[in-house]
Amino acid sequence: MQYIQQVLFLLMAISAVFLFSKKVAEIRRNIFLGKPQDFSDNADLRWRNVLLLAMGQKKMFKNVPVALMHFVIYAGFIIINIEVLEIVLDGILGTHRLFLPFLGELYNWLINIFEWLALGVVIVCVIFLARRNWLKLKRFISKDLAGWPKTDANFILITEIVLMSLFLTMNATDQILQDRGQAHYANTGGFFVSAQLMPIFDGFSNSTLVAIERIAWWIHIAGIFAFLNYLPYSKHLHIALAFPNAYYAKLDSPGKMKNMPEVQNEVLYAMQPELAPTDAAPPASFGAKDVFDLSWKNLMDAYSCTECGRCTDECPANITGKLLSPRKIMMATRDRLEDVGKNINQNKSFVADNKSLLHDYISVEELRACTTCNACVEACPVSISPLDIIVELRRSLIMEESNAPQEWNGTFSNIENNFAPWKFSPDDRDKWATEMNA
Amino acid sequence: MKINTMAEMMANGESPEILFWVGCAGSFDQRAQKITKAFATILTKVGIKFAILGKEEACTGDPARRAGNEFLFQMMAYQNIQILNGYNIKKIVTTCPHCFNTLKNEYPELGGNYEVIHHTTLLQDLINNGKIVMKEGGSFKGKKISYHDSCYLGRANDIYEAPRRVLESLDAELVEMKRCRTNGLCCGAGGAQMFKEDEPGTSRINMDRADEALETGAKFIAAACPFCNTMMSDGVKNREKENEVAVLDIAEMIAESML
Repeated sequence: MQYIQQVLFLLMAISAVFLFSKKVAEIRRNIFLGKPQDFSDNADLRWRNVLLLAMGQKKMFKNVPVALMHFVIYAGFIIINIEVLEIVLDGILGTHRLFLPFLGELYNWLINIFEWLALGVVIVCVIFLARRNWLKLKRFISKDLAGWPKTDANFILITEIVLMSLFLTMNATDQILQDRGQAHYANTGGFFVSAQLMPIFDGFSNSTLVAIERIAWWIHIAGIFAFLNYLPYSKHLHIALAFPNAYYAKLDSPGKMKNMPEVQNEVLYAMQPELAPTDAAPPASFGAKDVFDLSWKNLMDAYSCTECGRCTDECPANITGKLLSPRKIMMATRDRLEDVGKNINQNKSFVADNKSLLHDYISVEELRACTTCNACVEACPVSISPLDIIVELRRSLIMEESNAPQEWNGTFSNIENNFAPWKFSPDDRDKWATEMNA
Repeated sequence: MKINTMAEMMANGESPEILFWVGCAGSFDQRAQKITKAFATILTKVGIKFAILGKEEACTGDPARRAGNEFLFQMMAYQNIQILNGYNIKKIVTTCPHCFNTLKNEYPELGGNYEVIHHTTLLQDLINNGKIVMKEGGSFKGKKISYHDSCYLGRANDIYEAPRRVLESLDAELVEMKRCRTNGLCCGAGGAQMFKEDEPGTSRINMDRADEALETGAKFIAAACPFCNTMMSDGVKNREKENEVAVLDIAEMIAESML
């Protein structure tokens, strides 16, 4: 009987890890559909960003109470994973509380700490559910989240509450069984948090308690494996990608736009034809029309986004009722990339589907509303730049489609002919100085 | 007062300590010309030998690049860098955060390497080293001033303190808007929005920002960008507060208050 359980466990664990790895490889493939970008510079600064922005969650601390609550879930997640290691080993080896004999007194301390964290996670998840569903915070009731994204967020919070409750349930029943001297339930010493649940189970017989304990144990670990496989389909993937995203964050001044050397050279060769190589082929396209034209960092940004909406909350265009929402830019990029990924899965390589990120997923009206103010970039706790994607799409609109509002066409022609965005005579540029000299 | 162009200085065999990059707004916009004149007056008073490019200056290409027109940007950059390098320019000061950002961050990889400073930083230096001394009981003494952060100065280039330190030297009461520094709300002009109608929405960005500034009860809204200045002035006018609240550039306030 015990062996059957071990085999079942092993099968479950292996298939969970296999399926997860397969999906991770698929996401990795999707991200690298983007253009190459070199990040081999300033490794020390980049590690510093991982430490401050990802591990330290620096940007979250702009709002201290929320940051602290989020930190409880984050710390809980990482630390309780130590306990999951024991659970997995128990499952494979058919043992119960494998670490207890080795750790002695320390074991009791550790489990007590895990339990307090678990309680903290439950409380914070309840508060977060309330913030999302009942307090009507603007960034959570936004139409960006209509449908699946809202369900996704609630599902994550509810799953975490369920997992933590199962953990506390198995410890509570375990303690009663220990007190009653049930075989296989070695004495661990009291666990304060789960002990509060003991009165609920006090009336049950030993065999019922063993059943409850075992079922809670199995559902808990199966839930964790299921959640692992849910991650790559969910906004919750940020728990992994926040770290590389901080490493690959832009280090230049936020005001600096990415240069386009191909355009720089075109202009140079037009001005100084003697420099033009004879075999220069014109670049295939300018700016980004689809996900393939963005950099791989832009695409990793899309998978790192947890749809918190801090960017949209700070966006001047969104605040004043325009269609643009930086969060929606990121969600649309991920949606497109996922659709492209499915297309590749079906057809081995990408087969044109008459769709593109620009127009089919992100509209011209959204792009036109951006003031390039960097508020979204500044707001993002996981180093995402919606602005990068916006300007790349704008480049495609202007340079590939000549799609500009009438006023901008006027501005362009003024800059080109009068050297200023307005139609003034270039001769009057220093008129103010002449007036002062007089 | 004599404002020299680089061409004039070269002809006289002289070279300036610093080039004053005026920018399109500062050159052509009637309101922004006052900022230009105020800053030129300060430079002259403190005895800094400066020059302008005059008719040889052209748009840096910032609005073109942000609208998506990289070709036009590269053309303007090429042209400006040829002129700046031709005059062997080393140091540039500008009153426009957009020009500042482009010259400082985007020209270097195109071959234009200069030390670029924004006028608020220069003003802070001049105050710190005693070159600018304020009059006793200047017109801003004890008055409430609210500083509006320019995106291209603040978030884009991490300059939040210099303009505030300069304003403090006026002995005024600095009051912050609810969104300030890294969280400052844009005036609505950046990204070439200045040159087109707003997209459909429920309000205008400059109206929202002007309301935030008016809520502070400040008598003066200080700006450090000619475009922010225009946007905030329009917002204040729209609320019919232009007789009670003035929108001024920091250079104008210093020019008025210095000995």
